Amino acid sequence: MSIGPKPPRQSRLPDAASEARLLELRREAEQRGMVTSAGAKPAGAPFPQASPEAGYYGMPLLKKPGWSWEVPVYFFVGGAAGAAAVIGAMANWTGADKRLVRDARWVASLGGPISTGLLISDLGRPARFLNMLRVFKVQSPMSVGAWTLSAFASASAASAFAEAVDRRFGGLMPVRVLGNAAEALAASTGVVMSSYTGVLIGATVIPVWNENVRTLPLHFAASGVGSAVSVLELMGHDDSTALNTLGIGAAAYEAYEGLHIETHPTAANEPLRAGVSGWVTRSGGVLSGPVPLLLRLAALSTRGETARNFRRAAAMSTLVGSFITRVAWIMAGHASSKDYRLPLERGGAKQRQELPPRSRQQEKELLPRERPDKPHGISK
Amino acid sequence: MSPVTAFLTDSTICIGCKACEVACKEWNGIKADGLEFSGFSYDNTGAVGHSTWRHVKFVEQGPVIGLGGNALEFPAWGFSSDVCKHCEVAGCLEACPTGSIVRTEFGGVYIQPDVCNGCAYCVVACPFGVVERNQSDGRAFKCTFCYDRQKVGLTPACATACPTESIKFGEISELRETAQARVEALHERGVEDARIYDPRDSSVGGTHSIFILRGDPRTYNLPPQPRVPGEYMSAGWTSAAIAAGAMLAGALIAFLGDSRR
Repeated sequence: MSIGPKPPRQSRLPDAASEARLLELRREAEQRGMVTSAGAKPAGAPFPQASPEAGYYGMPLLKKPGWSWEVPVYFFVGGAAGAAAVIGAMANWTGADKRLVRDARWVASLGGPISTGLLISDLGRPARFLNMLRVFKVQSPMSVGAWTLSAFASASAASAFAEAVDRRFGGLMPVRVLGNAAEALAASTGVVMSSYTGVLIGATVIPVWNENVRTLPLHFAASGVGSAVSVLELMGHDDSTALNTLGIGAAAYEAYEGLHIETHPTAANEPLRAGVSGWVTRSGGVLSGPVPLLLRLAALSTRGETARNFRRAAAMSTLVGSFITRVAWIMAGHASSKDYRLPLERGGAKQRQELPPRSRQQEKELLPRERPDKPHGISK
Repeated sequence: MSPVTAFLTDSTICIGCKACEVACKEWNGIKADGLEFSGFSYDNTGAVGHSTWRHVKFVEQGPVIGLGGNALEFPAWGFSSDVCKHCEVAGCLEACPTGSIVRTEFGGVYIQPDVCNGCAYCVVACPFGVVERNQSDGRAFKCTFCYDRQKVGLTPACATACPTESIKFGEISELRETAQARVEALHERGVEDARIYDPRDSSVGGTHSIFILRGDPRTYNLPPQPRVPGEYMSAGWTSAAIAAGAMLAGALIAFLGDSRR
């Protein structure tokens, strides 16, 4: 039932039923002195009511996240860049292919400024970005993230610059030492870059996010490692066994995460399984979990160009999947914030799992009404 | 030493006049919300937000004896003026990365508009859905607890304008006593569903906006057990630490195991 303009009134001809009804009303009025029938139903009736179950007319209790498109893109870019710094550092320390070290450093150093740009442009007052560095608050993941990003962007840029200088002028000891120190700093902040975003959204009041606070940092880190590996593979490192091993690890974790979501049908997890956000979550999960996992395993058992093709396919699937996954979590957060039921439950997370699933009918009744285009009840 | 202050909003004597909403908007110079018909009782505002710092809820519910003074076949009709809760442990304050959100000397939670850079992290940190980013201005806004008025010893605009003293303002411990006495008096008079809403046993640790309600707080969209994000912090960072270790160890093992390196 929707509130809307009145339908045009249709003229009605008297018949036996209408006349009998009028007489019935008259009889009731005579006998009892009053008529108890409700009469005509007003448009929009029954009127919405507030109750412990429906909350305040089913209106969302929480505010929806104010973030725009930049934030999921930042999660994707920052996560990949952070993991690339780790890969570069480990490749360097274990004496792997110089070209791989160089490319990993460049991926990390490009990710830094792009991430910073995205984060700044998402601010309501971008000119005040530096206010992020007024204070350091360990209790605020946003503050930890801003400082980490600053350190990471500087360190990864320095290591890439040192790399370039070293290659141009060759074997300058101080440059190499500085480059390696910067690389170490980039790798140690890189692991935070890849995982802190999970805490950033996990430690909030949005039910679907805080429900998964224990797995989100691992999930995002795996997603970041997967996409860093994929970028490097698509840059031509599709013959590195180490990268494929890392890719298998990341894809295996992502497959596990997808399984975890599907087997934990709590009320708070609903946006990850139902509706548009559910389908986006699933497609992201499949593309970054099982699909690249199978392709990478297939690459293990083949050789030469076939193996490379499998890995390039896995890389592309992972990149698309990782990106979709970040978007999916933000979409799920939006859907979750609109659900007034979860924050109204007593006890919170623990009792949440005992909530019976809602039927379609209940769903319909509980949804806030659409706002009408025109006010009703005013006709000319 | 400034007194630690609070609001006590007594819904049992609120008449739904919205003087508090108007007073708040006028004093603080907040723009109008626009005219939209919601269909939810007489409430076309909906909720507190960036442009609504006081908001009168019009709570129509199933018939409740003695509520609204109506006959039993009619819905009960109650009013309650909502506002920022100024939590003892404030999620928004902890989340704010710029230090824009501060605790004032009066115990309120205040967003310094000249510092806020609009990161919107406070929005997802408020368990009451109070803080909101104004997308055209860019910054987050909420009730200031009339910090400017309190500074010069005045009562907040809403409490000053309230004609029934439904919004009381004063020293917090005194108001807690007032609330207790009021609820006891109501119980004596047969209003047995009157209760105090001040979630001191939750992670919010009590508020500087205490409410007297009738019946279940959920009817007023007030969470019975509000949870601040701080509750999830240690689980999150533990997981992040494991993730960091796994990344470093995984990459090291992958490269050490690569015979062609």
